[in-house]
Amino acid sequence: MADKTSDNPGSVEVTRRLVLAVGAGTAAAGILPPVPRVKAQQTVTRVEPGQTVQVSATVNGQPFTLEIDSRASLLDLLRERLDLTGTKKGCDHGQCGACTVHLDGRPISSCLTLAAKIEGREITTIEGLASGSDLHPMQQAFIDNDALQCGYCTPGQVMSAVACVTGGHASDPDAIREFMSGNICRCGAYVGILAAIQQAAKVMEG
Amino acid sequence: MQALSYSVATSAEAAVAQFAEAGGLARYIAGGTNLYDLMKLGIERPIHLIDVSRIDGMDAIETGGDVLRFGGRALMTDVAYAPVVREQYPVLSESLLKAASQQLRNMATVGGNLLQRTRCMYFRNGAGSASMVGVYPCNKREPGSGCSAIGGLDRNQAVLGTSEACTAVAPGDWPVALMAMDATIELLGPEGSRIIPVAEFYRLPGETPDREFNLHPGELVTAITIRKTHAGLKSTYHKVRDRESYAFALASAAVALEMDGATVRVARIALGGVATTPWRSPAAEALVVGSSLTPERALQAGRAAFTDARSGEHNAYKIELGARVIADALITAAERRA
Repeated sequence: MADKTSDNPGSVEVTRRLVLAVGAGTAAAGILPPVPRVKAQQTVTRVEPGQTVQVSATVNGQPFTLEIDSRASLLDLLRERLDLTGTKKGCDHGQCGACTVHLDGRPISSCLTLAAKIEGREITTIEGLASGSDLHPMQQAFIDNDALQCGYCTPGQVMSAVACVTGGHASDPDAIREFMSGNICRCGAYVGILAAIQQAAKVMEG
Repeated sequence: MQALSYSVATSAEAAVAQFAEAGGLARYIAGGTNLYDLMKLGIERPIHLIDVSRIDGMDAIETGGDVLRFGGRALMTDVAYAPVVREQYPVLSESLLKAASQQLRNMATVGGNLLQRTRCMYFRNGAGSASMVGVYPCNKREPGSGCSAIGGLDRNQAVLGTSEACTAVAPGDWPVALMAMDATIELLGPEGSRIIPVAEFYRLPGETPDREFNLHPGELVTAITIRKTHAGLKSTYHKVRDRESYAFALASAAVALEMDGATVRVARIALGGVATTPWRSPAAEALVVGSSLTPERALQAGRAAFTDARSGEHNAYKIELGARVIADALITAAERRA
């Protein structure tokens, strides 16, 4: 967490990683309020190994500026610089969909997107879907339909699933399957995922 | 991956100037879905990247006049769903929608897609680890080192256009559709601009499989144009894969027809997944022109495309599969309304 900055030195930040490190048995995760990971106008400092570029963009509505290795991916920017670890690294080669986020409202693979390329753009990650403690209808639908087992692919599945509905591709099961084919689930929760998208589509299209 | 510098070009001319300044180890990057992937594998090793994804106007999709014109950095998604493309040129739309996942189509550009490099597993070997590169010899990756696919696990290798040095398949779907539609490619480089037919864009492997494109150093794909044709309406892109979606072609066919009643007047047939370049088949076209398109005739045409095919140990199935893919595509195209 050396890269983490706090603009309120008096506060103690508890990140999900820290909670995980302390142990699943502690009650900390349940008691503490969610910590906003990306602070308004925050500038993250970190020693970058190679040549760097400055990137200013918006993640989940929060602007940020940072200096980052010009080789780094958007996925690494999110996970390793901003501690937004909801987005997962699966294959790191654009083949599995676990790293799916929205760039200016469209799903992309963050592992194959150079961080340098997001200058001035808007990113939405899985952390940005819920409104406070109200889950996005798609998140709720995944829970309701057991649309996961291990859960590793789920953030990427949910991000694609939201775009599936908003882009008008949830009209029938085949269209959903085709649209979702870039998101691989090795547990094989596809039946639940399909059901979740059909449920959420009804709510979202209201 | 080695350290690299990065610059943003705001015009095609500026991009070319930046390339000239950076020298031969620079690469243009737009979507980056292939280049960045190959950088992670240690196969592409640029020391400077020139971002061409923000060039003003180079994402234009123009469908109003006598030609379709797609800016080099137009996204695959945007071209696939452009109304004229969708409604009047299904072969183009389908080739884009059957390529890659929806995420990648939102990133990859129609210009960059022309330059996609092979998925030959020996070329790509060492996935995830740059230090593994070179374990298997590959003439495309390391000229003169040999070809591991010949006599190796060659199930996915090409049966057309191969050489003693290389049997790697050209991976794209979009270039196959462009080949059937006689597209032209607009290029801008240090020596100025030029326009070449897509058929002249690709090189057979011969003895130099490392050189896949007839591009001069520093040339940038600025646009793709297609002269409008009635053949667009009766067209299709048929792609057979190991799974139903999101996989590379084992065999594919782009077909566009002009017909007088039941008689084929003009046929354009190109193949993917089976050849070392996007592959046009005049032999298959000649067999259907002037006749009515029966299933038997369609299959005959499909087989004619593979007269010169040469298979290895595990890829002979592509000859029959490819012939049937052409036959099915011909029937589908013929049934489309004109």
